[in-house]
Amino acid sequence: MAEASTAPRARHGSGLNLRLWLPLSWVTLLVVVAVFARWIAPHDPLAQDLLLERLPPFFMSGSEPGYWLGTDSLGRDVLSRMIYGAQIALFVSVIAASATCVFGSVLGMLAGYYGGWAERIISRLVDIWMAFPPVLFAVLLVAVMGTGLTSVIAAIALIDWTRFARVVRAETLVQTRMDYVDSARIGGARRASTLWTEILPNVLPTIIALLMLEMGIAIIVEAILSFVNLSISTDDPTWGSMIAEGRNAIHFAWWVLLFPLIALFFSVLSFSVLGEGLRQRFDPVLQ
Amino acid sequence: MTATPFFSVRNLHLSFADRAHKPLFGPAPRIEVLKGLDLDIGEGRITGIVGESGSGKSTLGRVLVRLLDPDSGNVMFKGQDIAGLDEEALRPLRRDLQMIFQDPMSSLNPRHKVWRIIAQPMKRYGLGGTREQATEALVRVGLPAEFGDRFPHQLSGGQRQRVGIARAIAVGPSFILADEIVSGLDVSSQAHVLMLLSKLAKEMGLTVAFISHDLSVIRHLCDDVIVLDHGVIVDNGPVEQVFDDPQSDVTRKLLAAIPLPEMDDTWFER
Ligand SMILES: Nc1ncnc2c1ncn2[C@@H]1O[C@H](COP(=O)(O)OP(=O)(O)OP(=O)(O)O)[C@@H](O)[C@H]1O
Ligand SMILES: [Mg+2]
Repeated sequence: MAEASTAPRARHGSGLNLRLWLPLSWVTLLVVVAVFARWIAPHDPLAQDLLLERLPPFFMSGSEPGYWLGTDSLGRDVLSRMIYGAQIALFVSVIAASATCVFGSVLGMLAGYYGGWAERIISRLVDIWMAFPPVLFAVLLVAVMGTGLTSVIAAIALIDWTRFARVVRAETLVQTRMDYVDSARIGGARRASTLWTEILPNVLPTIIALLMLEMGIAIIVEAILSFVNLSISTDDPTWGSMIAEGRNAIHFAWWVLLFPLIALFFSVLSFSVLGEGLRQRFDPVLQ
Repeated sequence: MTATPFFSVRNLHLSFADRAHKPLFGPAPRIEVLKGLDLDIGEGRITGIVGESGSGKSTLGRVLVRLLDPDSGNVMFKGQDIAGLDEEALRPLRRDLQMIFQDPMSSLNPRHKVWRIIAQPMKRYGLGGTREQATEALVRVGLPAEFGDRFPHQLSGGQRQRVGIARAIAVGPSFILADEIVSGLDVSSQAHVLMLLSKLAKEMGLTVAFISHDLSVIRHLCDDVIVLDHGVIVDNGPVEQVFDDPQSDVTRKLLAAIPLPEMDDTWFER
């Protein structure tokens, strides 16, 4: 009887944990690889060797020891390029997602909390902003600002702040109507401080979930911009540029395309699952 | 009769914007919720406010603690008109005007620990707000000291409402508004929470406005009672007087609806 009642709960618990631990492991791996790229990468990611071009990965015949995931059409080591690519992907996603998050969340909280003019101006701005097709917007922006990581980051923040603003505004609106807000007023809190000390902690789980999602999105956007050659120089090892190059050689060197694509896919998936998992983990009522 | 009453409300009007009937252009029409109320609340007394749902009880209460701005009229608190004061002018008075809310799940911040919920107002009012003071307040409302480390969702309904009481009394107010504070609790928790409130009110010499739609609770707890109906006071006076000789049909109807067996004189001693 006792076992029957604990067994399903244990399964439920481990299922939840696995959903959190798998993406967490992948992200941890990504971080470790990015930080220690210089020591982990077996080869120089830029070193070309035409004698070693299009080597297959280790499990195929004709592979060369030391070139685990093969080489591309210029003889550069795919694994090393992916490791350095993780560095760029993470850098862009952390900076871009944080900037997007802070900008969008602050506007969303102000609109949701103060209502009135603040709300009307911010909501109108969001509406106008969202009328632009985002990719066109990004391409235009990079075209104006010039290629490079800074413009990629700026493009992501300028496109995606509306996602934060909209969702955080709605959540703030819900929280603002809770009695604990009136209660803080009775307890001597100033209006502005109530927003940051009482409401923010309750909106934070939502913000963290969005932030994680945004980190995944930032990785994709950077890859897309690299793919269309609008990110950093083509020599630099980004997953996007690797995918773009790999596309040309897909029939005789599929690994150049596939491995960075898998890394991209797992990273984006991990960040979004992680966001939802963290939200549930930190929501005291769902605990 | 000559002393200034604790609360003295004159010709109080309050209306809300009716957004459901807002025309495409122009302002929304207003619904008048409080239609010219006159009432006094005596110092150290527990005044019940009753009436049917939607009669304006909470609205009146929230004007008294100035969570709402009246349209017109006077709200004299210890001789000072607080009806028109802005937030800055109200701040020194807020400590004196505390409130316990109906739903402690919503009125206690779910992400703050219990001790912090109690200590924060004390800190803001310059009364310290240490962990020890919060513990003291917890013990005072009959909760174990270690509950300070819990989050509100880790307490039962009755315990949460005690935390609400602890927070209100910790700042040493002279007035507490209790808005339907037991309506979400089971009968035995109700009795305990009400007993606690009346005990503390007596000990601290508090003036209490007690909103309820349950006349049997009012009869046992309150000294005076105000009966509201659609934003108008239809009965007002000491509890015995109003209950023995109700002046309006609304009061008579409410009195007839008292469920007899639930309450008797031993109810509070349980
Ligand atoms: N913020 C608001 N905006 C518009 N109308 C409101 C608002 N608050 C209350 N009202 C309306 O004012 C009237 C009185 O509400 P109030 O909350 O004071 O009633 P109550 O007597 O406390 O009722 P209950 O016993 O259900 O709590 C109701 O008709 C209600 O719909
Ligand atoms: Mg009410």
